[in-house]
Amino acid sequence: MSASKDSEAEPLRPEDTLTDTPIATEDQDEAISGEASGEITPPPLPPRPRMTVAHRGSRSSLRSLRPSTGTGRPPLQGKATTALSLGDVHTLSHGATLHEVHSSAASRQASATAGYNVSRSGSDIDDTASLRSFAPALEVSADLESILGEVIPDREGLAWKPTASPSDSEKRAEAAIFSDDEVFERTFAHEFDELEQIKEDGSNELSVLSEWKSKLKHFLILSSAGKPIWSRHGDDRLITNYIGVVQTIISFYQGAKDMLKGFTAGESRFVVLSKGPLNLVAISRLGESDSQLRTQLESLYMQILSTLTLPSMEKMFSNRPSTDLRRPLQGTETLLSALADGFTRGSPSTLLSALECLKMRKSHRQVVNNTLLSKRRPGLLYGLIVASGRLVSVVRPKKHSLHPGDLHLIFNMLFEAGSVKAGGGENWIPLCLPGFNNTGYLYMYVSFLNLDKASKEVTERPSTSDGPGDEVAILLISADRESFYEMREMRNELVEQLEKNGSIRIIRIAVKQGRSSCADIVPGTLIKHFLYKSRGNVQFIMPSYEPHFSTLIAKRRLHTLYAHLNSTLHARPTAPKIHHETSTTYTAIAWSTPLFELYAIAPSSTPRTAMAVAANAIVTYVRRNEDRVFIIGGAVF
Amino acid sequence: MADSTGAQAPKPSSSVKLVLLGEAAVGKSSLVMRFVNNDFQENKEPTIGAAFLTQKCNLPTRTIKFEIWDTAGQERFASLAPMYYRNAQAALVVYDITKASSLTKAQHWVAELQRQASPGIVIALVGNKFDLANPSSSSAAEGEGEEGEEGEGDARKIPAATAKAYADEEALLFFETSAKTGMNVAEVFTAIANAIPETSLKGPRGAAGQSGRQQEESRVNLTGPRDNVGAKEGCAC
Repeated sequence: MSASKDSEAEPLRPEDTLTDTPIATEDQDEAISGEASGEITPPPLPPRPRMTVAHRGSRSSLRSLRPSTGTGRPPLQGKATTALSLGDVHTLSHGATLHEVHSSAASRQASATAGYNVSRSGSDIDDTASLRSFAPALEVSADLESILGEVIPDREGLAWKPTASPSDSEKRAEAAIFSDDEVFERTFAHEFDELEQIKEDGSNELSVLSEWKSKLKHFLILSSAGKPIWSRHGDDRLITNYIGVVQTIISFYQGAKDMLKGFTAGESRFVVLSKGPLNLVAISRLGESDSQLRTQLESLYMQILSTLTLPSMEKMFSNRPSTDLRRPLQGTETLLSALADGFTRGSPSTLLSALECLKMRKSHRQVVNNTLLSKRRPGLLYGLIVASGRLVSVVRPKKHSLHPGDLHLIFNMLFEAGSVKAGGGENWIPLCLPGFNNTGYLYMYVSFLNLDKASKEVTERPSTSDGPGDEVAILLISADRESFYEMREMRNELVEQLEKNGSIRIIRIAVKQGRSSCADIVPGTLIKHFLYKSRGNVQFIMPSYEPHFSTLIAKRRLHTLYAHLNSTLHARPTAPKIHHETSTTYTAIAWSTPLFELYAIAPSSTPRTAMAVAANAIVTYVRRNEDRVFIIGGAVF
Repeated sequence: MADSTGAQAPKPSSSVKLVLLGEAAVGKSSLVMRFVNNDFQENKEPTIGAAFLTQKCNLPTRTIKFEIWDTAGQERFASLAPMYYRNAQAALVVYDITKASSLTKAQHWVAELQRQASPGIVIALVGNKFDLANPSSSSAAEGEGEEGEEGEGDARKIPAATAKAYADEEALLFFETSAKTGMNVAEVFTAIANAIPETSLKGPRGAAGQSGRQQEESRVNLTGPRDNVGAKEGCAC
């Protein structure tokens, strides 16, 4: 894989979007024509040479356009034999094609004139097309695929990917967004399995230990006195030694007044977060950055505060530094584990520190908002309607906004951990929202709606599942612990009114529809998935995972890639505004402006111009639908 | 309570507020789930806070609508318990027959209820997880207690006789149940419904004596958010 950053001159200019000018101004015409030709005629290649020409000599970003030529040259030569032998097959009948392949493969930068000539030759497009139609006839396409996937750097991938008929290449591109990694797949498949208990006689200790060690991600929480509080995997007996070791390391640095933040051991990254009397440790082999792991630890810490409140936890430890926090936290292990598993599966919400909303027409949302407002009781602090982790509507006091971290804890409790949902009925839950106020409790009324009429009982759900997710919950948060019946009345009136004015039906339809697909958002795009975060609204939008990333493993890979892009975009001290990278299997773009962050992923065959066009199209789409995909302001009283 | 409505049933109908108390993981929620949904879920996750459910119970002469508060057993929620048992007409104090400490905890709850709850409250002591006990020893009165590892058959730690004796002493209803098999679950609720004195039942429009007072109290609670809450317990430990 080769990556490149260009933080100085780049065709995508963030400022341009602010002023409504499309990005990639100079290349725009070409890019659009490239996109158009990508739709009408299969080959996405034609614009590439011309663009190179346009940039030749005048732009330093040429290097980033052709990642492999500059940086990847030595490996390219090492593997060129494979390419050549494949090329030779073509030579038999397609000399011109070979020329094209070669020039694009190796010699563009060295002899730009050649590239210029090729691109001017006019027959270039036809040649590419014939190459495209020719390759399947070789019946080695499967071989090609694996070779290209593993060995040959990017550019050959570009040249060869489109060599199948459009539908074939489409299919293969999907399959190949991530190259196969069986070891990872096998490990990840068991990531969430519970460990066996160690038998009394210790006969299976070794096997349990190796099982424990094979987990890709661990979280440990211990008190600063070294007492274990919680760990995602393994019981006390198993982890005691490790807790001791970690504690020793941490306190060694604490003694030296030099707080330990993180270290690497083998493939594992250890990140330590010390918060008052607690030490939290994340151990990850998933390639997340320190700051991402730290965010996850912060979230676990917030979950603990949410159970105990800060003053009460501090009091416990100041009274008795050796306090065993497991007892007061009893029963919340499932919440911590659900959070941790969410991170291990990949949580865009945590990555971006933002929330996702249910897409709805502005007028429809307005009706829901107004209904919430009109049924509001004096005791109400926050009122929320949430559809499987996606916000539908919020009512809040003017002077208080909602902290995404708090909402993430609530959503985790309701939609990931099964306890509230499985119980059926209504719930009255004391909890502290640390982002709102970490010193006291609020009381949350929760009731799940059955969208398909109340005739059916609320069905149970397995714990921590990623189920179909068509649950809608009404949350009414009050500062008054006695206001359950008040909130309950409000809920009943609210549901009745929402039923009457058709909002329930609208919500049901929106929930059933699920997230839009990439193709719906940007017709004809090669983009397979994206994340768009609106900084101002602290909300994000993404398309459906289907069909490319429907499995757990594909999702994890996708989120690993997003995590990588995100950390690149937030690298200090030189955070790029735009990051474009290509591997053997994907092309990705990350783009940051004061208004938004955008991450998009496409097959590696996607030319950079097409990525730019698609990125622009996504931005335009979001801008056009801002009132639908985001909650702007919400209902305020 | 506030929303108690006389159902349009032919028989007189009344609401009964019932609270479940007991140590964590003794099976309170499972009992409720069996009673309300006739369902059972293995390895249920702990309740957070409290859950509120309703279920009707038909008696020959009347219908009782239970308004059930299923509370979380963890200690940090103990300070919230008064909110749930205040004005309750019935309480189910649950222990786990395979765990000795849970009966002790149950006895604490009974004492607290007798001290603090409404005077006429009907309390049932319920030993759950009967399915884990060896059938042959279940009725045996010998209190040999700890059986240890006598095979999978019997995990019982609390002899029925011990709990029964205690229940008789405190004038409690007593049952051993299994939420898993459903054994005795409906019986507990029916027995409670029968034990509720007619006078303390609220009809459609509130009723005599004590319950009238209760209703008033609850009405005050609704409108005046912080009347008799007293010192708020910020600390849940």
